[in-house]
Parts: sequence; C-alpha cells; structure tokens
Amino acid sequence: MTKKLTGDNIFKILAACIAASAVIILIVTAYTLITDSVPVLQRFGTSFLFGSNWNPVEGREAFGALPYVLGTLVTSGIALLIGVPLSLGIAIFLVEMAPKFLRVPVGYLVELLAAVPSVIYGLWGLFVFRYWILNYVEMPLSNYLGWIPIFSGTPFGLDIFTAGIILAIMIIPTVASISKEVISAVPDSIREGAYSIGATKWEVIRHWVLSYGRSGIFGAVILGLGRAVGETMAVSMLIGNATGPAAIPTSLFRPGQTMASLIANGFLEATGSLEKSAYIGVGLILLLVSLFINVAAQVMVTRVLKVKGGAVEQ
Amino acid sequence: MTNYRLRKFKNQLFFVLCAVCVVIAVIPLLSILYEVVSRGAPQLSVNFLTQRDADGGIGPAIQGTLILIGLTSIIGIPVGVLSGVYLAEFGNNKYAASVRTVNDVLTEFPSIVVGITAFGVVVLGIIGSYSPLAGAVALSFILIPVVARTTEESLKLVPNSVREAALALGAHKWRTTLSVVLPAAKGGLVTGTLLAIARIAGETAPLIMTVLGNAYFFQGFSSPMDALPLRIWRDSLQPYANLQAQGWGAALVLILIVLSLNIAVRVASRGRLRR
Amino acid sequence: MKTLRVSNGGGTTGNLQQARPDAKMQSIALNAWFGSKQALKDIDLTVKTNAVTAIIGPSGCGKSTFIRCLNRMHELVPNARISGQVLLDGKNIYSNEIDPVQIRRRVGMVFQKPNPFPTMSIYDNVAAGLRLTGAKKGQNLDEIVKKSLEQATLWDEVKDDLKKPGTSISGGQQQRLCIARAIALQPEVILMDEPCSALDPIATAKIEELIVQLKNDYTVVIVTHNMQQAARVSDFTAFMYLGELVEFGDTTSVFENPKSELTEKYITGKFG
Repeated sequence: MTKKLTGDNIFKILAACIAASAVIILIVTAYTLITDSVPVLQRFGTSFLFGSNWNPVEGREAFGALPYVLGTLVTSGIALLIGVPLSLGIAIFLVEMAPKFLRVPVGYLVELLAAVPSVIYGLWGLFVFRYWILNYVEMPLSNYLGWIPIFSGTPFGLDIFTAGIILAIMIIPTVASISKEVISAVPDSIREGAYSIGATKWEVIRHWVLSYGRSGIFGAVILGLGRAVGETMAVSMLIGNATGPAAIPTSLFRPGQTMASLIANGFLEATGSLEKSAYIGVGLILLLVSLFINVAAQVMVTRVLKVKGGAVEQ
Repeated sequence: MTNYRLRKFKNQLFFVLCAVCVVIAVIPLLSILYEVVSRGAPQLSVNFLTQRDADGGIGPAIQGTLILIGLTSIIGIPVGVLSGVYLAEFGNNKYAASVRTVNDVLTEFPSIVVGITAFGVVVLGIIGSYSPLAGAVALSFILIPVVARTTEESLKLVPNSVREAALALGAHKWRTTLSVVLPAAKGGLVTGTLLAIARIAGETAPLIMTVLGNAYFFQGFSSPMDALPLRIWRDSLQPYANLQAQGWGAALVLILIVLSLNIAVRVASRGRLRR
Repeated sequence: MKTLRVSNGGGTTGNLQQARPDAKMQSIALNAWFGSKQALKDIDLTVKTNAVTAIIGPSGCGKSTFIRCLNRMHELVPNARISGQVLLDGKNIYSNEIDPVQIRRRVGMVFQKPNPFPTMSIYDNVAAGLRLTGAKKGQNLDEIVKKSLEQATLWDEVKDDLKKPGTSISGGQQQRLCIARAIALQPEVILMDEPCSALDPIATAKIEELIVQLKNDYTVVIVTHNMQQAARVSDFTAFMYLGELVEFGDTTSVFENPKSELTEKYITGKFG
C-alpha cells in the first residue's frame, strides 16, 4: 500500500520533525559538552574528577573538579535539610489546616517565590539577606560553637551556609506544590479510618497521610534536589567564590564553590583552550549529576501522580 | 502530663509550626519585593530607562532583554507549539513517548550548561563571536521544552467531541487541528507561553557566555549585547554605590516585567473554566 | 476545615425527651446540615445497651448522616453542623468541653467500604488505636490484638500472616479486620455504616453472625439498605425517610405490625 502524500500526512511528518527538536537539543548539548571536555579529560583522566587543584597557569596546569562536586552536594544538602521540612509544613498547612479564604492567596504567594529570577535572589542575598544570616545566625554560632569544625572560621556572610539557605528558599515552591498534590490525593477513606479510632488531626497526618504519600513526597524532594543542583546565579553571588583546594567544603562559614557557580564565575576569564575545556568538563559532570537526579525524580513522581515535570503548574 | 493531654498539646504545637513554616517562606518574598521597590524606585526615570550606562541609564539592558525575548519567541514558540501539537494529536507511539521524556528532562537542565552549549555551537561555531543570536538560541533551548509540554497539556484538555465534530464535517485532520483545536486551546497556550517567556526573561546564566554584555545599545548580530539580568549581576558585584543602585533599578524593571506576566496569566486563567 | 455550630437543646419544648436509664445513646431533637441543606430533622432516637439497633430507609434518607453524628464524624465535612443533643450514658457528647477524639474512642465505626490502613500490617492495623494512646509492644498488646481478632472471627484465618499488609486479604476479611480494629479499643458502642454492601453473600453471612455475637459485649447500631438483614440481626429497627424518623420499635413489631403506612409501604417494597 502506497502512502499518499496527503495534507494530513505532510502535516504529521512536519510536526514530527519539529518535535524532534527536543532530541536535537539534547544531542547537540551532549555532543558539545563531551567533545569540548575531551581535552581536559584526556590530559587528566580520573584526576579531573578526584583532584582538587585549579591552576590555569601555562606549564603548571592542574584541574580537578572534586571541590565543586562536594560544594554542590553540601549546599544542596543544606537546601534539603532546611527546605524540605518548611515545604512539608506549608503543604500540610495548605491542605489540612488553612481556612478556605486563605488557601488560594497563600498558595499563590508560595508559587510567586518561583517566579523571582535567580539573579534577583542573588542581589537581595548580597545586600540584605546575607546580613540577616551573618548577624543572627553565623556570628552567634561562631561565637558560641566555633570550636566545632563545621562552624569554624570567621564568617562574613558569603559562604556555603548562606548559599545553602538561599537554595532552601528557592526549592520551596517546587517541593511544597508537589507535596501539596500528593497530600490532597490521599483518599479520604484513610483519614476516616484514622479518625474513627480516635486519632487527633495531627496524628492522622503524621501516621497515615504522610505515610501513604511517602513515595510521592520523596519524589518531590528529589525534584527539589535537582533544582538545587542546577541553580547557578544566586549561589554564585553568595558562596564566596573559592577555587582549588580552598573550595573543599570544610566549614559552613568558609567560602566555597559549586559546579554551576564555578562556571558562572570563571568561564569568561578562562584563557587557554585547556582551561576552557576544564570548565566545560565541570559542566559535563554537572549535567550528568543533574540528569541522574531528575530522571530518578520523574520516575518516582509520575508513578504516584500524573504530574508532569517542568510543565507549568497552574 | 497524661497521654491524652500530651497528644492534644502535640496537635496544637504542630499546627502552629506549620503556620510558622508558611510565615518563614513568605518573609523572603515580601522582603525581596520591598527591597527591590525601595532601592530601585528612586533610580527610575526616563533617563534611566533610555540612556546608556555612561549617561546613567540601563537603556541597552532593557533593549537587549526585549530583543532577546523577541528573538527567542520567534525561534522557540513555533517550534515549541508544533512539538506540542505533534505530541497531543499524534502522540500515541514510542517516538512521541521518548520525545515527551526528553522534553521533561530538558526542562530541568542546569541553565549554565545550556549557555555552554550555545557558546560552543554559536559563538565559536556559526557566528564566530558573542551574539544576540547565541543568547536567543540558548534561551530557546529552555523555552522550547516548556512550551511543548504546556501546549500538549492544553491541547489534551480540548474534548475529543470538538475534533470529531470537525472531522465529521469532512475537514482534514491538519485543518481541524489548526482551525478548530488550537483556537479552542488558545487560553492554555497563551498562558503557558507567557509563563515560559517570564522564565527566560529572568535567566542569566545562559547569557553570560553568549551575549556577554555591552555598555552600548544593540550593535548587530555579531556583537555582544546587554540584558537586564546581566546588568543586575554585574552591577551588584561592583564596589561603587551608584552602580549598585543602578543594579537595583534594573532589578525593579526586571521584576516588573516578570511579575506582570505572571499576574496577567493568573488573572487570565481565573476567567477560564477549570475542567 | 470543619465549621461546627452546635446549639445545645437548652431551650426546651413541651416534647422534650428525658434521658432514659437503659439507653446507651440517645439523640434529642437532633438536626444536621451540610451547609444550607438539611439532612436530619428533629431526630429523637434511643439506642438500648447491648442490643442491635438497625436503621433502615431509602437512599438519601439520612441514615448515614445520623450515625456519623453519634461519633462526631459528621463535623469533619466542611460546612457541616448540627443542633440538638446526643447523649452517651446520659451526657451530651456535643457539649463544649468534650473533645471528639475521646468520643470516637468510646464509639467506634466500621465503614461501608472496608478501609484497613494499606501502609500497615494486619497486626498494626488492630493495634493502631492502642498505640495512639501509648500502648507499647509487649505481652499486653499481643494479647489484645489476638483477642480482638478472635472476637471478629478473623484470628484463625490470619494468625500466621499478621505481618502482611492490611490490604492483602479478601474484602470480607478486610471488613472483619476493620471490626477488630474498632473492637481493640474496647468501645462501648460500635457503629456500622452498611458494612456488608461491598461484600459477597458468604462474607455478608459471616459478618451478620458476628454482629449477633458482638451485642453481648457492645451496643451496635447498624445502617442497612437491606431490610432482610435488618430483620435477621437487629433487636430494634428505626425507619427513616427524607431526614425524619418515621417509626421506631422492636424489630418484630416494626416488620410485622408497622404503625405507619409509610413504613409498611417501604417494607413491602412499594418504593425503595
């Protein structure tokens, strides 16, 4: 049977080709990152991933991404530690507690947090928030608990801790809105069963609602982690811009660097092609980490809900 | 305390904590809005909005952002919408399923990585220098997957009865889709696209190594160009108070653009019936 | 979010029902609303201790709403409210100083569709209510779980599978598990909202047997749309229609000698 060149067929094929743009973008990105990383990977091999030096001086080049991988992990860890409980509290408030008239406005305010561009978080962080953290959190902690290694060093506000906190704020809209959907999706029959044996409202939520929704909430957390890992501008403006072995996260109050912030802060200054390749190599690692986390999250969340990642949540 | 009273206490305690979480989350938003307005508003003036940096203005940055939005829309919206059309109308096969997954993955790409790619492909490759096109390409990489998915979702909301009615009248599928289904999904398409534009308007990382920034107005497609997010970033890192103030003014302009797009979308969707 | 507005039946009318000594629970001038829609109109009903009271009536007559007022589950629906009183051992459960949580321990409930907790094992399902009030694992808890499952005639079928999830058993077994879960708290009253309507005839027969046994230790109120079931298991029957209590009396009289013509019409199947 020959396929007729009908208007419909042409349309379908044309649309299919244009839909391939997504695949093309993915392939082009992967190709560019991989081929441009080859120089630095060939030169340094695994020591690129595990080394800590960052020396672009010709003749003594050394590039190692480890401090930045650790920096990304630590800042994202802080973001989850602080952001997830806040997000869950917000989700519970919106679904289980809030009177009807508050539900929509408060939900909207939380969503607006996601609309603020990262660079403006950074700007605000640089001139306002960092002093709040410095004066009300870092200085007291440093004064009283400065002997504990993670609180060592004299804080001046631009460090791993501040970067982590701002990340926590930035992931709240994501984690809270998905958790909200998950909690709403818990069937009422579960709640009724729990109330009927004399549980208080909080007990119903804690022992039954959250437990029923745990895989969805876990997926929300992983998606939040994915956002935190990829976040660039606010972090680059608040993390203190350390490079080399000094960037290895040893204390919360010392400057650090994430993979994303390294590239943002240093790419334009890179001179030699090997140095540029080093930055791109870090970008490749970042992409792989981010892909891994986000694919895992997608699998978990879409299993529980039909929530589409990335599609605008209205 | 008896067990019962302890349980009651915990009940009230945790609900207070949840409300506190909400307050803690809203404070940064309110503070950001307050600071941007109070520090940025004094900067606003016709001069500020239309003149170059040397004459005390961020004109080039505003122009650059508008040019980028325009270029990105020209490249990205048709591609994104048609992709979404394909996924919604013809999308019941393995190819479409993989395209869908790829789109979801792309929306979570770190934006700096998108910048690196555009740098390699356009700045080093096609054009050979920093260029507004490189910036537009980078932003399109972000816009296209988002628009594709929201278009797909909006089209899926159009009931099949609408399609069937048109087909029953003898219209071809392509005609049905373009003349009947797309208009029916117009609301969702518009809001999805506006939100995507709001997002890319605020992106900085992809622009760092593609348009670079410029003190002058648009100088052609082979030259660097300024943009609001870049201006904010650079000004904030300057040690001079007047430049920092300029950064706040730019931030105010950017937030106005982004927030008005968001609020317009919100108002528009409230008018439409939720299915 | 619940909106509970209760007016205690302080202002009396001439027809005020007195609290009766042999009544485990009693509703006095009970009215209930969902928002502006009134679901119950002036219900005065007595539930005798250690007896099975059945509530019958066509769909929408308010029987489920009524028993949900007996354990203060009605108020969990947003915009739901009541007026009147519901007495448990002579005391009004809706008075301001009473916490619904405490009432629900004394008045247990089994729902139409079995709802064992899917995230918990069979053992944990039964123990759930006890754990909330601080019972720790140990001899005592094991004993109570066993006894509850035995009373619900489920022990022999699940005694080797206590760790399995509560939803891994059949529908009829799940419902008996829900009964065991309610019994574990040693309630005084067990409310059953059409407990067999989602079950097959064999499972239904098992549960009906169980209900007759349960009345020795508990007071049972069962809502059913199945008249034959009401005739089989209950001692007293109440017939409700459009939110009102039409007739109430011992089961034999209601079925063989109904006082109201409406009751007779319903029982003989003239409408449903």
